[in-house]
Amino acid sequence: MTNYVLDLISRSIAGGRVLPEHEEPSERVKPNKDAPADVSMLHAPPASRKESIALSGVFRSYANSRGSFTPALQNIDLEIEQGEFVCIVGPSGCGKSTLLHLLAGLDRPTTGEITVDGSPVRGPGTDRILLFQELGLFPWLTVRQNVEFGLKMAGVSRNERRDRARVFLRMVHLSHFEDHCIHQLSGGMKQRVALARSLALRPKILLMDEPFAALDAQTRDMLHDELERIWKETSPTIVFVTHNVREAVRLGDRVLLMSFRPGRIKSQFQVTLPRPRHVEDSDVAYLSKEILGQLREEIDRSFNAEYSREEKR
Amino acid sequence: MKKSVNQLIFVVGVLVLWEGLALLKLWPPYVFPTPQGVAESLWAGFADHSIWIGIGVSMRRVALGYAISVILGVLLGMLLMSSRFLEDTLGGLVLSLQSLPSICWLPIAVLWFGLTETAIIFVTITGSLLAVTQATKAGFDNVPRILSMAGRNLGAKGPQLFWHVLLPASLPYLVDGLKQGWAFAWRSLITGEMLFVTLGLGQLLMMGRDLNDINQVVAVMILIAALGYIVDGILFRRLETSLRDRWGLATAASN
Repeated sequence: MTNYVLDLISRSIAGGRVLPEHEEPSERVKPNKDAPADVSMLHAPPASRKESIALSGVFRSYANSRGSFTPALQNIDLEIEQGEFVCIVGPSGCGKSTLLHLLAGLDRPTTGEITVDGSPVRGPGTDRILLFQELGLFPWLTVRQNVEFGLKMAGVSRNERRDRARVFLRMVHLSHFEDHCIHQLSGGMKQRVALARSLALRPKILLMDEPFAALDAQTRDMLHDELERIWKETSPTIVFVTHNVREAVRLGDRVLLMSFRPGRIKSQFQVTLPRPRHVEDSDVAYLSKEILGQLREEIDRSFNAEYSREEKR
Repeated sequence: MKKSVNQLIFVVGVLVLWEGLALLKLWPPYVFPTPQGVAESLWAGFADHSIWIGIGVSMRRVALGYAISVILGVLLGMLLMSSRFLEDTLGGLVLSLQSLPSICWLPIAVLWFGLTETAIIFVTITGSLLAVTQATKAGFDNVPRILSMAGRNLGAKGPQLFWHVLLPASLPYLVDGLKQGWAFAWRSLITGEMLFVTLGLGQLLMMGRDLNDINQVVAVMILIAALGYIVDGILFRRLETSLRDRWGLATAASN
């Protein structure tokens, strides 16, 4: 009875009463008492290059204040391979974040279907972890408790949680800060806590929403290197949203360019440059320039849309 | 350190000003209290135990009334959050009833419970229950959406999400509301105690009026304010500070 009421409360708060929540059949992280807490457990099962995420005919619109519907995403068809690093660039308001929320199961498409490993996405699941731009770290928990959070929800024992959290804190070079409060950390450190918290669940898919946008260039460079290293070590599929084209080319196997409202995949670029790359590399700059040219058109369109709306007032 | 010096200067200043006004004898002594008169009144009250008894009785009542308010208020607040229907209907009622001053509940308390202990507790509860309810609801309403999304994204749902994300996330607001509820409970209690021979501080206040003793009236008022402040400090200030530290809300200026 109590649990039922708490559940209702949780839903009404968390869902903002807008989104219906559905029980998802997604697999949870199972407690594994036998697994030793070493780095070997970080490795995902051998990656046979197969499709991981598939979107077909995905359409998402929102009701606006005038009673009509604003399309945010239109007709998205997309396939992402297992272990692939995909970057999405586009002007503000093109639905990049919406796309990630759909993949994370925090939002649902108006029409169309999203499948992960063949099964449709019906809600959040710990096989797909979203790293929010605002991070969403829990201020009442220490750094290590934040990293342990997902494991705790999955019912992993206290000792194993601690050991696993330490492995990932070491991975993001925050071992010495495990007992710190969140507000004591710098922006880059918070970013790494959020990354460790996401990785601790060993998600098959890591969704990142402009994770490094608020950081200074040096910190961002360093985190690019770390992210690339971690990606190689744990080989998740990564969908990385950014407005920084160079960042996209620096990191991605593939860069998708989205158009301004309604969001559509306008073009795709395969990035075959050898790794490790660097944002300053001339090859990265060259490819970025090409993508940037197309992105500018979309940005102009978004500015014009804003401008004409102001004119009408 | 600097804060306590400032406070000392302030208190001394007020006393000097007060004494100065009293010396001018602008008003008759039954209208304008003097510092000495109030001090004597306090001294006499402590000496004949009437103030000690008053404090004891009032504290016991407010503890009981406040405890009931907190339990019922938090439950009611959560109930309001659990359904849109209840929020739209019961929520409006709570809001409108909360605008009633606690003295409005006195007649109904007397009619229902007579001149009894229960009537006083009832008035105390009516004063603070709805404030706690409102605060609980506001606390949950104010949970940043990003935190609940992050919680769901990391696999928390239903009761788990409530205990591990929503409750801790709303804690700073909840404590704020409990603090407000305490202030309301204390005020309502004093109102209730003015009803009849209740032995509490409220009755001591009324006794001062009946005896035309302005010094006793002011003495008891000072006592009531001081007690409210002290209990607030014991119950909430430390809790608030530690929450603020933890949540990183503390400002450098807090001292």
